[in-house]
Amino acid sequence: MKISREQVAWVAHLARLEFKEDETKKFTAQMNDILSYMDKLSLVDTNGVEPLANATLRKNAFRADDVRDSLSPDASLANAPEARGGFFQVPKVIE
Amino acid sequence: MEFEPVIGLEVHAQLLTDTKIFCGCSTRFGAEPNSHTCPVCLGMPGVLPVLNKKVVDYLLKMAMATHCTINRESSFARKNYFYPDLPKGYQISQYAEPPAEHGWVDIETEAGKRRIGITRIHMEEDAGKLIHDENSPSSYVDLNRTGVPLIEIVGDPDIRTAEEAAAYLKRLHEILVYLEICDGNMEEGSFRCDANISLRPVGQKAFGTRAELKNMNSFRNVQRGLEYEIKRQQYILESGGVVVQETRLWDDAAGVTKSMRSKEEAHDYRYFPEPDLVPVHVDDKWLEEIRSAMPELPLEKRERFVSQYQISPYDAGVLTSGRALADYFEEVARLSGQPKAAANWVMGDILRLLNEDKKTVVECPVTPTNLARMITLIQDGTISGKMAKDISEAMYTTGKTPGEIIEEKGLVQITDENALAAALSEILAKNPDQVAQYRAGKDKLFGFFVGQAMKATRGKANPQMLNDLLKKMLSNQE
Repeated sequence: MKISREQVAWVAHLARLEFKEDETKKFTAQMNDILSYMDKLSLVDTNGVEPLANATLRKNAFRADDVRDSLSPDASLANAPEARGGFFQVPKVIE
Repeated sequence: MEFEPVIGLEVHAQLLTDTKIFCGCSTRFGAEPNSHTCPVCLGMPGVLPVLNKKVVDYLLKMAMATHCTINRESSFARKNYFYPDLPKGYQISQYAEPPAEHGWVDIETEAGKRRIGITRIHMEEDAGKLIHDENSPSSYVDLNRTGVPLIEIVGDPDIRTAEEAAAYLKRLHEILVYLEICDGNMEEGSFRCDANISLRPVGQKAFGTRAELKNMNSFRNVQRGLEYEIKRQQYILESGGVVVQETRLWDDAAGVTKSMRSKEEAHDYRYFPEPDLVPVHVDDKWLEEIRSAMPELPLEKRERFVSQYQISPYDAGVLTSGRALADYFEEVARLSGQPKAAANWVMGDILRLLNEDKKTVVECPVTPTNLARMITLIQDGTISGKMAKDISEAMYTTGKTPGEIIEEKGLVQITDENALAAALSEILAKNPDQVAQYRAGKDKLFGFFVGQAMKATRGKANPQMLNDLLKKMLSNQE
């Protein structure tokens, strides 16, 4: 077993996903299959190869510190399920 | 049993760039809510962040100023968590390869000098601002701050007292402001501090269980918060209890720290490399550019002032508390050629007048040239120190030159010995009794004659000349 049911449930919780019992079971099996398959990568000899943080080999892509127009607050809030007084309105996050 | 506090501070400093770290939205504080937002900082699908080069410049400056090792290659990572102030569901930060590490700053407290280590400095984006409504089950989100560039300065757990913590913070604050990379405004949150604090029995190497302190938005509150927390943990340990690892909020009004009962206490950030940003590589040329533009730092300036101008370390400390003030003083010292007098006038009258008006030296109506000229006039005896007090205030209120004020007020000292002697003869002639008493040994009366002379000359007599002349005339037995 590459990953336990508890680990799958924990990751689901962190991602704010709710699974039923049989779903957790199914995903645990699927994720184990995927992770076992990925193990094939470990067979490659990577001695002396630097870890790669990015798939492109470019470095240093920068912008200058020049202000550009922002969206209007109305446009920024257009997709918000709820908004009030120019703010996004969300369920209260502290007691 | 005696306990020793172990304190490590994390400082978040907002950088003084015009735009955010990954998009061109303005970073200006106090704008209408959500008016500085765009698809990138709102976390819309499909957008790509592009790094603001100035953020790296500023980080490199701070790294050099704090003696860090600069890693030539660094990359970004995603720190994953859900909170409404973070629209993407992750914060772009740096994890495995920080751009700067292993630095230090020197601090000084009553207990003496100490060196405090800096673990690392890295770049990240700020989160938005939440406003909570007491009367409704809602929170309101302003994403203007989302994506404002921060550097996080993680300190080693080298600090042992609340006083040292405040000294360390002041040192970092001073360097950031001197470098002009952060405005240092703690109330607006441009300079924020979290503290990790634990206690351990003196002599023990292993750390105790720590609490993380948040919400201390002034140097004083950091010190008070830590002092409280040291006492709290000491009480728990002495009564055989166990310190719980948790985040605690400083309550300024109540003067206590309170457990922050968060629904999501167990953090699991699942950092992974940010695929949308390429690594940053700093070459020699870039480092040299930054190095050659580094200003003199406050501590260096302080030491130079003491040796170059022969002023006390305390005075040097006051005069270097800001870059503009230090420049002002140096200009006055250079133009007048009298650094000590320059230090006294800047620290005395000028700072007092500025403080009364809540102004900074940049707004000072007295130019360094005018102040220097006035100091020269005292030195050559044209005006007395007492006149200078009036002149400095008049220069401050009117912005005029000392020459103009002297002329308007008719303030020039009487330095003509004959004129002064004539005035004194008159006074002695009018007060024969006092003259006799003085000559009979009543020395205290000398002050009386000085007073009379000042009155007669309307304060314009050169005090030194007056003293000398008066002594001479009084000792001449007629």
